[in-house]
Amino acid sequence: MKTTDLTGTRVKFFQTGSFAVGNRLVEPELRSVQSEPERANAITCGHRACQGCGEALGARYALDAAMRAAGGDLIAANATGCLEVFSTPYPETSWQLPWIHSLFGNAPAVSTGIAAALRAKGNTHTRVVGQGGDGGTVDIGFACLSGMFERGDDVLYICYDNEAYMNTGVQRSAATPEAARTSTTQAVGEQPGAPWGQGKNAALIALAHEIPYVATATIADLRDLERKVQTAMEVRGARYIHVLVTCPLGWGAASGDSIRLARLATQTGLFPVWEGERGDIVSVTKIRHPEPVERYLELQTRFRHLFSPVRREDMIARIQARADRNIERFGLLDGAEYQQEELHNEGGS
Amino acid sequence: MLEQIEGSQAVAKTVARCRPEVICAYPISPQTHIVEGLSRIVKAGELAPCEFVNVESEFAAMSVAIGASATGARAYTATASQGLLYMTEALYNASGLGLPIVMTVANRAIGAPINIWNDHSDSMSQRDSGWIQLYVESNQEAVDVHIQAFRLAEELSLPVMVCMDGFVLTHAMERVEIPEQEQVDGFLAPFEPRQVLDPAAPVTIGAMVGPEAYTEVRYLAHYKQMQALDRIPEVAGAFEQAFQRPAGGLLREYRTGDAQTIIVALGSVLGTIEDVVDELREQGVRIGALGIKTFRPWPREEVRRALQHASRVVVLEKALSIGIGGIVAQNVHGALEGLPVTVRTAIAGLGGRPITKRSLRRLFTEAHSDQLHELTFVDLDHSLVDGELARMVASRRSGPHAENMLRELGIVGARPV
Ligand SMILES: Cc1ncc(C[n+]2csc(CCOP(=O)(O)OP(=O)(O)O)c2C)c(N)n1
Ligand code: SF4
Ligand SMILES: [Mg+2]
Repeated sequence: MKTTDLTGTRVKFFQTGSFAVGNRLVEPELRSVQSEPERANAITCGHRACQGCGEALGARYALDAAMRAAGGDLIAANATGCLEVFSTPYPETSWQLPWIHSLFGNAPAVSTGIAAALRAKGNTHTRVVGQGGDGGTVDIGFACLSGMFERGDDVLYICYDNEAYMNTGVQRSAATPEAARTSTTQAVGEQPGAPWGQGKNAALIALAHEIPYVATATIADLRDLERKVQTAMEVRGARYIHVLVTCPLGWGAASGDSIRLARLATQTGLFPVWEGERGDIVSVTKIRHPEPVERYLELQTRFRHLFSPVRREDMIARIQARADRNIERFGLLDGAEYQQEELHNEGGS
Repeated sequence: MLEQIEGSQAVAKTVARCRPEVICAYPISPQTHIVEGLSRIVKAGELAPCEFVNVESEFAAMSVAIGASATGARAYTATASQGLLYMTEALYNASGLGLPIVMTVANRAIGAPINIWNDHSDSMSQRDSGWIQLYVESNQEAVDVHIQAFRLAEELSLPVMVCMDGFVLTHAMERVEIPEQEQVDGFLAPFEPRQVLDPAAPVTIGAMVGPEAYTEVRYLAHYKQMQALDRIPEVAGAFEQAFQRPAGGLLREYRTGDAQTIIVALGSVLGTIEDVVDELREQGVRIGALGIKTFRPWPREEVRRALQHASRVVVLEKALSIGIGGIVAQNVHGALEGLPVTVRTAIAGLGGRPITKRSLRRLFTEAHSDQLHELTFVDLDHSLVDGELARMVASRRSGPHAENMLRELGIVGARPV
């Protein structure tokens, strides 16, 4: 199996059967932040997230990576949502860093205020992270987010996208995929689930602001998420990372399938993983093991109506077409064939 | 220094001398000149260190102020009308978190119908938001009360709204004494936050609180506002000592000593009211005026003391609580509980309608001879309203009220065919 390291140099690992690479196999500086005994534990145990919550996992990796990059000198602003609610049940808090929650739709602006205060105080060392769910980011907080981007405020904003308003009981957001059942796009009628031709791609819109750094990531590749946070922290100005996180409760999936589902989202082409700088996409994570969308859909009850009582070949085909368009548009398979071959060889050895 | 200066510019200069570290700006009349003035001052390097942030909405303005204040910076913004309503959610949040932000409200009506002129509908709608609300009568007082506002806010860890009449004050050119930097520095110590986002001592701010402590958190906010009832006069007293002129405080009484009729009001209209009081006094009418300087917290005891010997009180309000009438009047009623004082409400000056001496003379004379109904709309054009009511009876699709009435007034040319 071949991949590239943080510096872009190709390295060869000899582990088979999964995409994971054990820490003992890599140089110390390439090891996962989570493997460090002195990691920040920015969000520590005892929070109330559901078992298998992708948002809890993603936030932990992202913030610990940000803490390492900032030398522990970090402030976080959080939007209302699952992450906020499960981490701060009064009188407890999971946060080991200075953390503020103000409202649902203002986390980017609160982050701007923190950054402005630091600047006014001549503090150039303390860094700022804003974070929220897809609803808080892509919908209600979008004006504040766009304002923060266009002004170039020195904030890294991380969106944990679980594709619906989970905290209020799984309602549709502008990040909910077509055909997905939510409590406001129910699996009834001619076209069950979320409507077709709606929704927005927040990461591409962020990129259109020509800010220094935009990336997408998933909890299937946590090392990649850590690396992207590290990269984002190395630059100043407005930066955005959009992380696909699974929600067993909202997606109707087994808690143990969280990582598998996030990986399937990337390998089907439904969730392209890329990095952009100042308006241009500069790297794309290739699909290593292409999968039909069906493999992804069938593991989630939010898509059950595509398979029973009658199989909706038409709808599955439309979703496949969307994945294919992503594969085409982002070049997710271009030049990737060799990887698959090698992978298969190794898998069989 | 004594200057001939526009109210907004005077406020801008004064706020700059209070050394805010973060200023958030979003345009809305009649507040805009204030942030324009501050933008020039900051850009010219006359106020440093200070971050001037051009935000994308008032909601963002207050949110940026929240983030800045929680990081230990002195934060300021200004707004009015629709802008104040647009930031409502963040207003409650700022006070709930106990962040000492200072904001100027250049009082203006709220739509629909959209109207840029002065009344108190905007700030009155936020009376329960947990902000201290101070109302000023003149541009000199606007200047002086802003300096006090920062000190009060920071001492109490509560946000303060300084309410000044839009256009009437913000756009009026007057002679105003703007305190020198050293004077302000002597009065206003650097901001020492009670809570701060500091990586050296991490805290969680804004956690979720359930039934087990929510009441207590709200009670504390109320408790701090009640404390403000003591602190406001003390700070006003300290200001008077330092600057040799009175400003702010809870109330201001004008010829109330032996008055049988007392007019209660807020803001710049008090000047006109006092002129009419003087005229009527010359005719032997025992009348006086009570200016409410602090509306939140509500100085219940002080209001009661000031009004208890009157026979009747007229609350002249530039706002309307639709479906009941007066807002300030309800508070006055409460303050006079159990006393034989009649309280009347007069709604005046909505959407910038001039409050003339003539109208006030008639209103006060009627009041003094107990001819006033419980609720009076000063200078209401009854025929205009009756015409519209008749149209509504005549036709189901009678159309929009505002346009119909403007047409009747001849202000909108086209008539429907
Ligand atoms: C102004 C406002 N509207 C609605 C809500 C209710 N609300 C709180 S959390 C939430 C859902 C959050 O969804 P998302 O941002 O996607 O985060 P998730 O819970 O899915 O992680 C909603 C709708 C609110 N708190 N404030
Ligand atoms: S509902 Fe979903 S996002 Fe919320 S805590 Fe549970 S798994 Fe996580
Ligand atoms: Mg969500």
